[in-house]
Amino acid sequence: MKKKQRKTELQIDPAMDLTLKEKMTKDWRRYRSLYFLFIPVLVYYIIFQYGPMFGLIIAFENFKPRLGFFGSKFVGFTHFKNFFKDYYFKRTLTNTIRISVFNLLFSFPCPIILAIFISELRSKRYSKAVQTITYIPHFVSIVVVTSIMMDLTSRTGAITNFLSHFGFKPTTMLNEPRFFLPLYIISGIWQNIGWNSIVYLAALLAIDQQLYEAAKIDGAGKLRQLWSVTLPCLLPTIVVMLILQVGKMFNVGYEKIILMYNPLTYEVADVINTYVYREGLLNMNYSYAAAVGMFNSVVSFLLVWTTNKISNKLTGSGLW
Amino acid sequence: MKVKYTVGEQVFHAFVVVVTLLLSLAVIIPLLSIVFASFSDPVEVMKHTGLYWHPIKSTIFNYQMVFKNPNILTGYLNTIFVVLVGTSLNLALTIIAAYVLSRKGPRLIKIFTVLVVFTMYFQGGTIPSYLIVNKLGLVGHRAALILPGAVNTFNLVVLRTAMAGVPESLPESAMIDGAGHGRILTAIMVPVTKASIAVITLYYAVSHWNSWFPAMIYLKKKEMYPLQYILRMILIQDDTQVMTSGTRDALALSSDAVKYATIVVATVPILAVYPFLQKYFVKGVMVGAVKG
Repeated sequence: MKKKQRKTELQIDPAMDLTLKEKMTKDWRRYRSLYFLFIPVLVYYIIFQYGPMFGLIIAFENFKPRLGFFGSKFVGFTHFKNFFKDYYFKRTLTNTIRISVFNLLFSFPCPIILAIFISELRSKRYSKAVQTITYIPHFVSIVVVTSIMMDLTSRTGAITNFLSHFGFKPTTMLNEPRFFLPLYIISGIWQNIGWNSIVYLAALLAIDQQLYEAAKIDGAGKLRQLWSVTLPCLLPTIVVMLILQVGKMFNVGYEKIILMYNPLTYEVADVINTYVYREGLLNMNYSYAAAVGMFNSVVSFLLVWTTNKISNKLTGSGLW
Repeated sequence: MKVKYTVGEQVFHAFVVVVTLLLSLAVIIPLLSIVFASFSDPVEVMKHTGLYWHPIKSTIFNYQMVFKNPNILTGYLNTIFVVLVGTSLNLALTIIAAYVLSRKGPRLIKIFTVLVVFTMYFQGGTIPSYLIVNKLGLVGHRAALILPGAVNTFNLVVLRTAMAGVPESLPESAMIDGAGHGRILTAIMVPVTKASIAVITLYYAVSHWNSWFPAMIYLKKKEMYPLQYILRMILIQDDTQVMTSGTRDALALSSDAVKYATIVVATVPILAVYPFLQKYFVKGVMVGAVKG
């Protein structure tokens, strides 16, 4: 009797012998309202995120707005080939890599160090003050930051003035190619060091204090504790931030570059994205610029993918 | 009990204090210098070189000049419009999306999540985006500053992670009591995840306030330009026409002192929001650090 009952129960187990179609109907009936709620978001993603991705087909045609996305003449990889042969290919690629590598080398570690320093401060009030002050520039727009920088490094600016005490001949520093990269990086650190340290600060707060006690009992000095306790605990956060940063490498802050550069510094400042902007939106070579931009997106994607793979292998943590 | 520090610890602490102090000074001095310059006499500013440690012959004349510039006034209004409307739309869509994507039952959620997250790693780029916006007939309209960025995927992932952390029993029991999704969202999910919502509100509002690039590529008429784009013309391109248009005090309007006042006027409003949200920063950002 009991056995029989169990059998019937098994038979009406919902997931057992339903086809995919039946499962979907059931799912739809149950979650319909949730799906309806998602429609506006889906529409946004389809139009403004996936739309441009499909719009990349113009990189393979001679796009004329009049003829549309599907009516324009198909030309295959011509634009890509032209770009690789172009004088600007070498220039923009080198600049993109140079700027982003230096950015990674100098800008990336700064917030980590600042977070560790802030967590070491003994006075709560002083620590709070340092945080409040260093977060401020993050809220200042790049237009304003760039204009402050222009002001400080102009012929009569405070920084130029200061450097002239060390035998530096006063010039408008942003017109000199050799100063472009340092100014770009330093102003970036100035603007973001505080804000970017928050994420590490949060990770530092989560470290179990007993680990430090244990290290102290084992005779570890301050630096040893930093090396053997703090850094390993921060590593997962550092790895995630690093992958995100590498993903952004090929999208170096081109808005800021457009604000900072001028024909005198194009040689060292022109990156792939600024070139895309000039070719596509100013010269209206839509197809060629789209091809150049696509090259950038693909390399960017491959970079994140590879870094993620490597990090999963080495540290066991990554984005996915 | 009093903590005893070793010599090594004392030296290290002193080093840390000095470095953080220098950094804070390096951040605050250029900013204060601009504030002081903005309150200085325009003629003195013309003669002055280097940093300002206090206002020289203090005056509010520069600020009166700033508000006489019609471009700055319309820029201000345009920016406020975009910040209010844009951020509201951002929040509405992001909260809804985060709620839906944080549900575990529905079968399509996984597909949606992949679709959404993929856009973080691969984008069509500037040109196709421009062409789509153009195709939709949005070029020349303020909507072009709002719609293309209606959802920021990174912010969405931050909020989704926060909502996924809310115990399932909360929305479930509300559902049994007969609450719909709208009610669950407003009465449970939003209040519980308010730290994350505060942080993404700030992200959205700041990015609208500080944005200038979309205005440059999408807008045609000066009457629609937001503040930052006007600022770019005044501060970086030194466009005297924008600085002085429609007024007789041309010389006074284009002085460096007025530029400094313009910077202050354009920056203070967004800085004023920040103390109110500061307490949420660490908590809200921390959630974002957990991988999506």
